[in-house]
Amino acid sequence: MATSGRRAGLLRFGAALAPLSLLAACGGGGGDPADYPEDNIEIIVPFAAGGPTDTVTRLITEPMAEELGVELVVQNVEGAGGTVAAGQVAEAEADGYTVLMHHIGMSTAPTLYPDLDFAPEEDFKTVGLVTEVPMTVIARKDFEPTTLEELAAYVEENADTVTLANAGIGSASHLCGVLMQQAMGVEVQEVPYDGTGPAMEDLVGGQVDFLCDQTTNTSQQISEGTVKAYAVTTPEPVESLPDLPTAAEAGLPDLEVTVWHGLYVPAETPDEIVEKLTSALQTALQDQGVIDQMADLGTAPVAQDQATPDAHSELLSAEIDKWSEVLSGIQAE
Amino acid sequence: MDLLSNLGLGLSTALQWQNVLFCLIGVALGTAVGVLPGIGPTATVAMLLPITFSFDDPTAALIMLAGIYYGAQYGGSTTAILINLPGESSSAVTAIDGHEMARAGRAGPALAAAAIGSFIAGTFATLVLAVAAPALANVALGFGSAEFFSLVVLGLIMSITLAAGSPLKAVAMIVLGVLLATVGQDQFTGTPRFTFGERELYDGLNFVSVAVGVFGVAEILRNLHDPERREKIVEKVTNLWPSREDFRRIAGPIARGTGVGSVLGVLPGGGHVLASYASYAVEKKVSNNPRSFGRGAIEGVAGPESANNAAAQTSFIPLLTLGIPAHPVMALMIGAFIIQGIVPGPAVMEREPELVWGLIASMWVGNLLLVLLNLPLIGLWVRMLTVPYAVLFPSIVVFASIGTYALDQNPFHVLAIAFFGLVGFVLVRCGCEPAPLLLGFVLGPLLEQHLRRALLLSHGDPMTFLTRPVSASLLALAALALIVVALPAVRRKREEVFVEEE
Repeated sequence: MATSGRRAGLLRFGAALAPLSLLAACGGGGGDPADYPEDNIEIIVPFAAGGPTDTVTRLITEPMAEELGVELVVQNVEGAGGTVAAGQVAEAEADGYTVLMHHIGMSTAPTLYPDLDFAPEEDFKTVGLVTEVPMTVIARKDFEPTTLEELAAYVEENADTVTLANAGIGSASHLCGVLMQQAMGVEVQEVPYDGTGPAMEDLVGGQVDFLCDQTTNTSQQISEGTVKAYAVTTPEPVESLPDLPTAAEAGLPDLEVTVWHGLYVPAETPDEIVEKLTSALQTALQDQGVIDQMADLGTAPVAQDQATPDAHSELLSAEIDKWSEVLSGIQAE
Repeated sequence: MDLLSNLGLGLSTALQWQNVLFCLIGVALGTAVGVLPGIGPTATVAMLLPITFSFDDPTAALIMLAGIYYGAQYGGSTTAILINLPGESSSAVTAIDGHEMARAGRAGPALAAAAIGSFIAGTFATLVLAVAAPALANVALGFGSAEFFSLVVLGLIMSITLAAGSPLKAVAMIVLGVLLATVGQDQFTGTPRFTFGERELYDGLNFVSVAVGVFGVAEILRNLHDPERREKIVEKVTNLWPSREDFRRIAGPIARGTGVGSVLGVLPGGGHVLASYASYAVEKKVSNNPRSFGRGAIEGVAGPESANNAAAQTSFIPLLTLGIPAHPVMALMIGAFIIQGIVPGPAVMEREPELVWGLIASMWVGNLLLVLLNLPLIGLWVRMLTVPYAVLFPSIVVFASIGTYALDQNPFHVLAIAFFGLVGFVLVRCGCEPAPLLLGFVLGPLLEQHLRRALLLSHGDPMTFLTRPVSASLLALAALALIVVALPAVRRKREEVFVEEE
């Protein structure tokens, strides 16, 4: 067991050192789309290694690699809410060897960064959705309200004193917080943190009142009872959190948001290549290991008909419209 | 007796031959990548993380990762000492005296002091982790932004009073560092600051670019500028092992560094960043011979290295007990846990005792392996200094550039190295030290972030810093430190000291 692990480990070690060798594992190009893939594929993750998006990516790369018969090398290109990575992929060679993983941030970027040097809908082809991570509304353990309705009433009454944490401007938890305030019809003091970790630490420590964040970040604290949970933000209840009502059931129908993830390639990529990637993605999403591990994170792979370019494009376009309305007035400039 | 049986369980897991092997591989890999100039522990762990994803046994995977982390940390200290190239903020402190020792032909004792200090600190901090993890985690949770702001204020004031050379220039450098740190998107409003419309600057300047520039490249430029400066090193490489006198001198710093590091490591919001700076400040304060600091004092290597390693160890406490990552490396570890199908949190200790205690015990084993691996290698590392300059300097620059580029594939950070190399060279020519600049650069964001967040949480009431007891005590200490410097008698003594130095 240990030996086979190690052998595979050493193989991946080579992959991990690819950036060091400066021989980027990809970018060969020029080949016939019918022969794709002949070389390792680089998957660009716009956020830090070890974060939720990175974890989701790494979960699906292994079965995808098996399906495609080449290595998928994950590269973390951080910066400016994921726009640095997206900008880089938009300009990459359209040969299918550079793939972008991005989440809901792709649809908020045009609003949050008005001087963006790429257009999410024009500069990319969608490959398919991967997962829609639910979000949860949680509070410090000793916060007074016990249901989402009570929370809305309490927040309205105490709008001057309550504090709402988020994981940084433009983060999913920030988006959810903005939507939640609109749904509740109040404005409260927002307190941005440098990522979910510090925000959660202050919430568990009782320094800040409440927070909306992805199940990937909150499930564990909820099940341990170190925070109080009110609702999930999905239309359907979440299997791994059976005690939590949906926001709609709990009286806030407008609070519907998921952190959807999808794969993108540069716009000029041949359809034949996109099809191969889509089919590998669909296979990966049916992998039992992927399903189990996503369940541990409080999420699930999307249905097969969602892991398609069309479903992905449709959602992207709808979300761009939605967020440009919700976020008008809180641009980065 | 719970503790003994827990530690017993941990040791029996960690000492299984395959786990020892994975730990050793991790330490060796971590050291090998960590010694590349400009690559610190975070970058090393991020780069090597995927190796462990394919392991079937989560314990082995996590043990190997912990090994990589310690190895990388020590590797970073090695480059800091030998070629003045710190890869992470903690080893910037090591570079101050460590590299001066190397230049005086004492690279061997500096490396040995770092390794021995790290091991002792690691041993102690492992015990702290085993005995007091849950209790400490709860204390740390009470440490909010107000407390952290006051702690950083205290740290900055201490560092001003204790700077080598001209205090005025040190203040100027700290302020410059703080200002450089404000470049980028404002975390609280998203407004870009000093970015000149460049998207590359939205996330601010990269620590590695600044550190490699002002320390490493500036050092190379100095050596090129002044041939005599570089001739000296090679002739003097003599003793590899610390003398009896050295051992006597590092005992105290290691003990104090371990204490300082263990406490600061537990704190959320960046406590580990402060550990090595705090230890350096403490050592300089208690030293009978503070003038030797900055000129190759072995205490200035042993203390901070111990503090750094102790903090690295105790920063696992919030991760293991609360499932909350305290810094980037811990966030990576969480990713590794999750990939292995384990969600870290309070229940992990009960549900997977073998894993948690095995990990804790393997930290100690890892530290031991690190010493065993590195002490014999000291001779090899030191010989690196005898490589001809025509080969050494270009290789350093090339490796530093590759390392910085590998961080996030952004060529901008490589250009920034060149820019900060020139800045560093000019500063050194003007008699300004790069260390306070880096201190300001590292602590500036913490200072601003916690000040603003504390005020947001208190709805704009600045009394929050005085009504919270811990925060008030820290501020009182800071005020005291200022008064001590301002006292005329003290000032006269300081001036004498500096006159002697010039």
